[in-house]
Amino acid sequence: MPADRVMPTAEAADLIALTRQLAHRELAPQVVRHEADEIFPRDTFRLLGRAGLLSLPYPGEYGGGDQPYEVYLQVLEEIATVWASVGVGVSVHVLSCFGPAEFGTPEQRERWLPGLLGGEQLGAYCLSEPHAGSDPAAMRTRAVLRNDEYVLDGVKAWTTHGGQADFYKVMARTGTGISCFLVPANTPGLESDPPERKMGLTASHTTSIRLTDVRVPVENRVGAEGEGLKIALKGLDSGRLGIAAVATGLAQAALDAAVAYAQERETFGRAIIDHQGLSFLLADMAAAVEVSRAAYLSAARRRDLGLPFTRQASIAKLVATDNAMRVTTDAVQVLGGVGYTRDFPLERYLREAKVMQIFEGTNQIQRMVIGRSLAKDTKGIIRTAEGS
Amino acid sequence: MNIVVCVKYVPDAQADRTFSPDDNTTDRENVDGLLSELDEYPVEEALKLADATDGKVIVLTVGPEDATDAARKALQMGAHEAVHVQDDAIHGSDALATSKVLAAAIAKLEYDLILTGMASTDGSMGVVPAMLAERLGLPQITLASELTIEGGKAVIRRDNDASTEIIEASLPAVVSVTDQINEPRYPSFKGIMAAKKKPLQTWSLEDLGLTADEVGSAAAWTTVTSVAERPARTAGQVVTDEGDGGAKLVEFLAGAKLV
Ligand SMILES: Cc1cc2nc3c(=O)[nH]c(=O)nc-3n(C[C@H](O)[C@H](O)[C@H](O)COP(=O)(O)OP(=O)(O)OC[C@H]3O[C@@H](n4cnc5c(N)ncnc54)[C@H](O)[C@@H]3O)c2cc1C
Ligand SMILES: Cc1cc2nc3c(=O)[nH]c(=O)nc-3n(C[C@H](O)[C@H](O)[C@H](O)COP(=O)(O)OP(=O)(O)OC[C@H]3O[C@@H](n4cnc5c(N)ncnc54)[C@H](O)[C@@H]3O)c2cc1C
Repeated sequence: MPADRVMPTAEAADLIALTRQLAHRELAPQVVRHEADEIFPRDTFRLLGRAGLLSLPYPGEYGGGDQPYEVYLQVLEEIATVWASVGVGVSVHVLSCFGPAEFGTPEQRERWLPGLLGGEQLGAYCLSEPHAGSDPAAMRTRAVLRNDEYVLDGVKAWTTHGGQADFYKVMARTGTGISCFLVPANTPGLESDPPERKMGLTASHTTSIRLTDVRVPVENRVGAEGEGLKIALKGLDSGRLGIAAVATGLAQAALDAAVAYAQERETFGRAIIDHQGLSFLLADMAAAVEVSRAAYLSAARRRDLGLPFTRQASIAKLVATDNAMRVTTDAVQVLGGVGYTRDFPLERYLREAKVMQIFEGTNQIQRMVIGRSLAKDTKGIIRTAEGS
Repeated sequence: MNIVVCVKYVPDAQADRTFSPDDNTTDRENVDGLLSELDEYPVEEALKLADATDGKVIVLTVGPEDATDAARKALQMGAHEAVHVQDDAIHGSDALATSKVLAAAIAKLEYDLILTGMASTDGSMGVVPAMLAERLGLPQITLASELTIEGGKAVIRRDNDASTEIIEASLPAVVSVTDQINEPRYPSFKGIMAAKKKPLQTWSLEDLGLTADEVGSAAAWTTVTSVAERPARTAGQVVTDEGDGGAKLVEFLAGAKLV
């Protein structure tokens, strides 16, 4: 039972209809096999790319869809309702284009964006390192300027799309600060380790990336030297909204499966949905899903108006992923014994939900961001949609 | 080359489909509709032909207000123009009247080729293409699983159980195509945006020179007098083999007069 949606424009409504059709016809039949065998669905991303779904929130002049986050995130949610690994992948790709789109010079945008946003290429971003996840400023990977080239050395950890991406957005230490680089996948010295053996999201490959004497021209540095961490953190604000939308879609899928089962399964002579004790569980799940959606949409609308949204993005990420964990756990409960088997997708949903509380900043880090933002509040300034 | 593609707006087969209780017509009000899946194939075929010949694809649909969605979907896939014939009097039309309206609309268009699906996914009679050709006085070649245009002729392949037929007809012609002929494309978001600027005309019966008494249930040669849902399947019978399984099977089949 897909979510009811109110879209801002007719083309956004058609976009959601197209997304549902693609998800239903092309994605759904592939999920179980790819997740079970840990196969990355590269062709699925090409299909989504050709349909224009990999570049929705970027400018039309570079091949983007010119869509507000309010629309892009709902597309992402619809994809994740059918396949969380692909939803996460779309979010990561969009995030990897964020640096050049927002901080690139006009020449860099001209040169890079048509390719990155064209739909055939896939991006990845390398911020985390083995010892520096929550605290990326502790990273050790270095980039040293020699003549007109930067030489990168170090190890990046947990790279989504590692070994599959066509380009990597890499954060590395330069002189005093951290800088951001675009590194094509075929650059000599860039190597990907085998994928981590994960608990869930198994069709999405997560690898370490080894950088040994990797040379990139100066033009591949995005933003000024030392501006990298700022670019990464700004990108994460938007990336967190992506993960909130993906978590909401995953929770919606779990709710839908639980409701369908509860209408069929009978105990004590009636459908289990007619036992009040169980229907209250379902009611709480439905409430959690709608609250998650409301939280990310409200943050997205602030972003679309150009208002600060860091705190709201962290709240959306925190609420939507904690809700997804609870909803997927309760959905297993609704199905009873079969919910715990691999014959139904519910146990997989539960495993997939867990990581959403960890990546793009753990939920402890989200609380840290929210807590810090409380100290510098804007004291209830009233604004209008026109921006005044 | 100008190609007219007839596309039908049908209730979504994923949803619960029902009939209107008052006149036994398909209920198109209370269920989301879409472009009949089988009509995506003629649209795709037309787009490929038009690409190769620098041609134009005009989609034509006859149906209620929401049928615009079917026309718009074809425009999003890449068709150049659309015509939607909409008139309350058309409600309840039989296949004959539907073909009359389609033919009258096509007569107002410039065309070299008319493409249709093999059958709609709701009424699914598969007769409209033949009726259309008859009304327009054109040759018809049906159930094409391959189509080529060469030297003013349409050549199709039709696959039967035991044979493969190659059939040709002079243009203009009416050609119906099967779901084997191609792999329909999905619209892209760019296509969705582009479709907003493409011409989509709405014509009434009057625009076609037809009158209300020529169509609709009153003019229909056939009436659906009743519809009933097929009863749900009952559980099967399990035969436990205690050495006499074969005999029990024969007994069952004989009882059902199957052997
Ligand atoms: C499947 C997957 C995909 C990923 N994809 C990417 C990617 O594409 N690119 C990328 O750069 N990274 C990626 N990551 C890395 C991810 O962002 C990090 O795992 C995450 O930021 C946590 O870092 P860590 O694992 O080093 O945990 P740590 O930082 O070691 O944290 C351990 C625990 O301590 C807690 N903690 C840490 N600091 C504090 C504090 N100050 N206060 C309270 N609690 C604290 C954390 O919340 C956590 O519970 C991915 C991770 C996974 C699992
Ligand atoms: C239960 C039921 C029973 C029916 N029984 C009869 C009956 O016995 N006799 C009778 O005459 N009518 C009958 N009808 C009505 C008939 O289905 C409609 O008149 C319908 O508009 C035409 O037939 P079809 O959908 O079967 O088209 P088909 O002949 O199956 O369609 C073939 C192709 O023609 C084109 N086409 C068809 N309709 C349209 C349209 N509206 N706009 C554009 N292109 C179109 C499409 O390209 C389609 O792929 C019945 C309808 C129902 C719901």
